[in-house]
Amino acid sequence: MTALLELRDVEARYGPVQVLRGVSLEVPEGSVVAVLGANGAGKTTTLRAISNTVRRSGELLFAGEPLGHRGPEAIARLGVAHVPEGRGTFAELTVWENLRLGAYTRPGSSLRSDPGRVLSYFPWLEDRRNQEAGTLSGGEQQMLALARAFVQRPRLLMLDEPSLGLAPVLVTEIFRIIRELNEQEGLTVLVVEQNAHLALQLAQTAYVLEVGRVALSGPSEELAAHESVRRSYLGY
Amino acid sequence: MAAAETRTGTQLRNGAASLRGLVRPIPLLLAGAVVFLALGSTFSTIFAQQTVAGLAQGAVYSSLALALVLIYRATEVINFAQGEMAMATTYVAYQLILWGLPYWGAFFVTLAVAFVFGTVVQLALIRPVQHKSVIAIVIITVGLFILIDGLVAWKWGADIKFMPSPFGQTVYHVGGVPVAQEDLGTLLVVVISVVLLWGLFRFTKLGLGMRAAALRPDAARLVGVRVDRMLAVGWGLAAVLGAVAGLMAEPAAFVLQPSFMQPILLYAFSAAVLGGLESPIGAVVGGLALGVFLNLVGQYVPFVTSEIRLPFAFLVLLVVLLIKPSGLFGRARVRRV
Amino acid sequence: MRVHAFRLGTIAVVAAVIALLPFGLSNYHVGLFAQVAVFFIAVLGLNILTGYSGQISIGHGAFMAIGGYTTAVMSRDHDTNLVLTMLMAFVVCFAFGLVVGLPALRLSGVYLALVTFALAVSVPQIPLKFSKFLGGSNGVQSARTVSNLWLYGVGWTAAAILFVLAWLLLRGRLGRALRSIRDSEVAAVSSGVELPVYKTFAFGISAAYAGVAGSLFVLATNGFAQPNEFGILLSLELLIGAAVAGLGSLWGVLAGAAFVALLPTISKDVPVVGSQHGQDVVFGLLVILVMLLLPTGFAGLLGRALRGRSP
Repeated sequence: MTALLELRDVEARYGPVQVLRGVSLEVPEGSVVAVLGANGAGKTTTLRAISNTVRRSGELLFAGEPLGHRGPEAIARLGVAHVPEGRGTFAELTVWENLRLGAYTRPGSSLRSDPGRVLSYFPWLEDRRNQEAGTLSGGEQQMLALARAFVQRPRLLMLDEPSLGLAPVLVTEIFRIIRELNEQEGLTVLVVEQNAHLALQLAQTAYVLEVGRVALSGPSEELAAHESVRRSYLGY
Repeated sequence: MAAAETRTGTQLRNGAASLRGLVRPIPLLLAGAVVFLALGSTFSTIFAQQTVAGLAQGAVYSSLALALVLIYRATEVINFAQGEMAMATTYVAYQLILWGLPYWGAFFVTLAVAFVFGTVVQLALIRPVQHKSVIAIVIITVGLFILIDGLVAWKWGADIKFMPSPFGQTVYHVGGVPVAQEDLGTLLVVVISVVLLWGLFRFTKLGLGMRAAALRPDAARLVGVRVDRMLAVGWGLAAVLGAVAGLMAEPAAFVLQPSFMQPILLYAFSAAVLGGLESPIGAVVGGLALGVFLNLVGQYVPFVTSEIRLPFAFLVLLVVLLIKPSGLFGRARVRRV
Repeated sequence: MRVHAFRLGTIAVVAAVIALLPFGLSNYHVGLFAQVAVFFIAVLGLNILTGYSGQISIGHGAFMAIGGYTTAVMSRDHDTNLVLTMLMAFVVCFAFGLVVGLPALRLSGVYLALVTFALAVSVPQIPLKFSKFLGGSNGVQSARTVSNLWLYGVGWTAAAILFVLAWLLLRGRLGRALRSIRDSEVAAVSSGVELPVYKTFAFGISAAYAGVAGSLFVLATNGFAQPNEFGILLSLELLIGAAVAGLGSLWGVLAGAAFVALLPTISKDVPVVGSQHGQDVVFGLLVILVMLLLPTGFAGLLGRALRGRSP
């Protein structure tokens, strides 16, 4: 399987503060890859480096092509859907308008081409079409963000801490949907998570970041059994 | 910058809050105003006449105010040159007519020219300093104001020119009230323009992209919206609205000279702020309300002579702002990314 | 340390140049450079308000008008000593500044700017309405007029005194308070900065400065105070001067003042475009260019030069 996304020795900084000190990883097409690590390890920054919303250097290859200096909009157009920390939903717009924005990069003017698909995963959206997105609950907003990203019909879906601030029931639901999207739609997923337990269950491979570098990587089962991972991130 | 308070501030605010409690139901207030106008019009022909004329005047203020709000929402600055840009495009229409184009042909060509003008200004003058300094952008618009003034006076001269009017001198009689065709025409043109623009924002992909870019530029980029391009389009559309305002400013016996948009710009500022700078509805309502209000006051209150009209408008503005600091329809909003 | 020596050295050189300049110039040019002093004082005041406390005002022309009329009227009615009238203008405008500054506390950013704009447009109308006392459109003539040399000397002396005053105010508690307010009101309040007091004071002091500038301005135009001298363009020029100077720093004020005082006159002589309109075209173009090239004004440029171009 070819790697859809490849990072080689990527560095990133916020002003004078360097956060990524040479991160290398691979995301094979059609798989789910998790990025784990403590706060401040550089997980979010890794995703930002890919969508070029932070200053970065190093090699970043998408489908074999270097991303170069493309801006975030161009990268989105290449087929990368980045659901950031804080979800990136437009609270002031309606649910439907948020979804329409997901379809922004697709030719044609509206969502009419396949509303069915998104509604099959998120049927409740139909009733809330005209509701202002900011009035949705946290869990609903997260799902809206996911739905929006799906509408983009991306090749790579990047999720930044989808479980953050959500009740366990909702978290399970969201992860179930992500798994379905991966298995049934063939969506490649790169997920950054603090909830290592769920992430390792979902993903085939995982990378553990520490202080801006990859400390461990490998198939999820191996990492789940790994001594230090168990102690630091799984709690036993 | 979040607004903060101390004890003194709180005392001031509590005093105003009790006043504010009275004005909170804004839509109610407006409904009341409409009823008042309707009643007054049935009782007095002059009242009705002044109301209609005021609406037409107000429509012009609304158009320019809407342009200001559009730019403010997108770029977070007040474009001081908006009025002069509108003036320049009106001169372009004048020139086109001189060259033989029929009025409405010149009208639409001018709108197209205005769009290009607006986008070029954004690309060449605003984009380079967009992220560096707000005050720099403001000063650039001031410099543009002065520059355009000079250029127009240089090219066409500062003397008075006459611009043909698209509307005749006909006066219709509606229920005994003489209504000038030019007033109706002005209202119609502005209303159509505003509705078209509203449709653009509400229903088209471009409009959605522009709204997203203005609300949360970073999030918009992640969905593939070319935010910079949206800003340029925004300036272009604002220039079109300004062109409409300039062309409709005084349709009958239209006297054209370089300074003609300056008072209108000031009224448009008032209208925009009155309505709340981030609110397009506010700009439209503010403009219409201001036009009608000033006309009626000018008719019935002898103290308010034509020299005081402008400072009086500002006085009203000041009073409204003291009661509701973010304008009638504004909300104290924090910008998000 | 090097920076301090550099600054003191520069001040000494500049002061010397200013002191010696009149000896080498024609009367006309002396008058011209006296104008620079007028704008220097006004821009200095505006900088304290906008640059340091972050409150944008496009209305300081109104305070100049008040100061100018104070001088003209006091001189016309009581033949008061002209320098004394300047002092009176300072006090009167300080009071007016406080009066405006208080309600201004409720407004922020653009709303405040537009209200001050309203002030700039409205205040010049007042002499027209109260024409008996304030001369109407005919204006008010002071009892005495002054020579260009007088203007130059008094103007630059006042400028020097006010500069030192500003420097003293800003390096102390006021400056720190204002700067903290500009950077974050929330942080300032939580550190115990009494917001309304400092913000209102900033308004008062900047208005006072504008008042003195207004006095000199009127004296420079033969002691004649007239409404249309104080139109909105004046307030805009002050803002331009402050922006070109570079907000939040005292060091670019000279450049900013020179820019607005001298450029319009110099650009009158531009051949191609011809007289009045040429002046506007060139001035407008230059304002745009300067802001594009130096968005942080001359102070920003100086700052970069002194720090060796670090961010």
